Amino acid sequence: MSALLELDGVEAAYGPVQALFGVSLSLAEGEVLALMGRNGMGKTTTIRTICRMLPHLRGQVRFAGRDLAGVPLHRAAQMGLGLVPEGRRCFGPLTVAENLIVAARPGDWTLPRVTEFFPRLGERLGQAAQTLSGGEQQMLAIGRALLTNPRLLILDEATEGLAPVVRQEIWAAVGRLKAQGMSILIVDKALADLRGIADRAVILERGRDVWTGSMETLGGDEATRFLGV
Amino acid sequence: MNRAAIIDAGLFAALVAVALVAQAAGEPFVITLATKAAIFALAGVGLNLVLGYGGLVSFGHAAFFGIGGYVAGILASHAMSGAPVATFPFTMQGTNEMLAIWPMAMAVAGLVALAIGALSLRTSGVYFIMVTLAFAQMLYYFAISWPAYGGEDGLSFYVRNTFPGLNTFDPIQFFAIVAVLLGLALGLSALIVRSRFGLALRAARAAPGRAVAVGIRPFGIRLTAFVISGMITGLAGALYADLNRFVSPAMLSWHMSGEIMVFVILGGVGRLAGPLAGAGAYILLEHLLGGVSEYWQALLGLLLLVIVLFAPGGIVGMLNGGRGR
Repeated sequence: MSALLELDGVEAAYGPVQALFGVSLSLAEGEVLALMGRNGMGKTTTIRTICRMLPHLRGQVRFAGRDLAGVPLHRAAQMGLGLVPEGRRCFGPLTVAENLIVAARPGDWTLPRVTEFFPRLGERLGQAAQTLSGGEQQMLAIGRALLTNPRLLILDEATEGLAPVVRQEIWAAVGRLKAQGMSILIVDKALADLRGIADRAVILERGRDVWTGSMETLGGDEATRFLGV
Repeated sequence: MNRAAIIDAGLFAALVAVALVAQAAGEPFVITLATKAAIFALAGVGLNLVLGYGGLVSFGHAAFFGIGGYVAGILASHAMSGAPVATFPFTMQGTNEMLAIWPMAMAVAGLVALAIGALSLRTSGVYFIMVTLAFAQMLYYFAISWPAYGGEDGLSFYVRNTFPGLNTFDPIQFFAIVAVLLGLALGLSALIVRSRFGLALRAARAAPGRAVAVGIRPFGIRLTAFVISGMITGLAGALYADLNRFVSPAMLSWHMSGEIMVFVILGGVGRLAGPLAGAGAYILLEHLLGGVSEYWQALLGLLLLVIVLFAPGGIVGMLNGGRGR
């Protein structure tokens, strides 16, 4: 079976500064893959490359059997890459309902299904997004991505900066998405939480993938060496 | 109806009431002032679409206002002289039918907006302001140096264009035409802003990068809004030409662009009836203060300063008690 997402020797740079020196990974349909590594090792750059915010210099990025080289950013989203960006980026002045439907595309995920999935959004449909709490904004960002009916959901630091109880709420939501068969690529530093959700992990170090394996085989040794935990 | 909708409807009703009271009191000049306010408001409704909802500060909307005016003026002057407007590729005669002039004015303004927008929307911020200004000034100097239609002196056409079943020379009947068009434009604006397209336009304003990441292409959305905006302002220009039975390069000058922007800012950026409140206040001030001193615009400047500093929602924002849109 061919993978939903496949990166092969991907190199990318911000101007003259190279950030990725050869990242390879693959994610199968319905799989939850954790992308891990310390700060500055290339996790967000890898995601930016997948979502076409940054063109790759060498290597290949394939999504759903298509080479993404040269695909413009907005097309990548339309092809089914649902990004939940770092920092809970909602459209502040728009209401919750407007945020959700602005990018909606037809599919299984509808507004009622999203508000059922996140009841707290349903209670605040008429409220401006910028007045929501951090956790609610994160739910909104995830809900907005779900309404684009993505084939792959990409969560970049989805729980960063949230209170522990709110983080658990977000993790629980991710777990429910997994149970519904959603393919998810997730960047996070919370190893303990990822153990409960991710099937496999890829660890990046200085712009290269240095370890790939199932969550069970990710032992304390690698965790100390690559993640500093 | 929420409070914002009541304010919008109230402002429109106030404009109509002024004209009706003036009619009853036998004050045709006041009706003409109300008509002028409605036309300026219509031009502002066009600009508000890109400035208010798209966050695109166009400093060149006089281009569309003037083009609308010149299309009306040129067609009307040819209808009067009997000479065809063009003989190639097909013979085109002038017309003094408003129902023929309006679509033509909107189409030409829309095409020019498409060209200006396609080039200027590749820039942003202060560059966008300057590029739109530059295009409008190009048209302004072209109109000045084009002798066929009066050049610097402008073009008079003596007879107001006609509308089936109405006497357009009667101030109240001409006002009725303008008011209906303004009402339609306000309704269209309200529909656009609430549509998926309008949401995307506002989302692209709030955060263009995030919009692209969810699959919205800001350029196409903004260009469409820019063209619709130019068409509405072009229609206002055609009506303004008819009101004065005169067009001149002044309609294309950057002063005009600035005035249209003042209507929007004074009334409330991104508020549906903002341009109506702004244009009404402008005409009122011009009329009241203009008689006292010819430097009345200095006071207007002061008022604008106060609004920008203390009431960014403009007049409509103040009426709404500073609440959301």
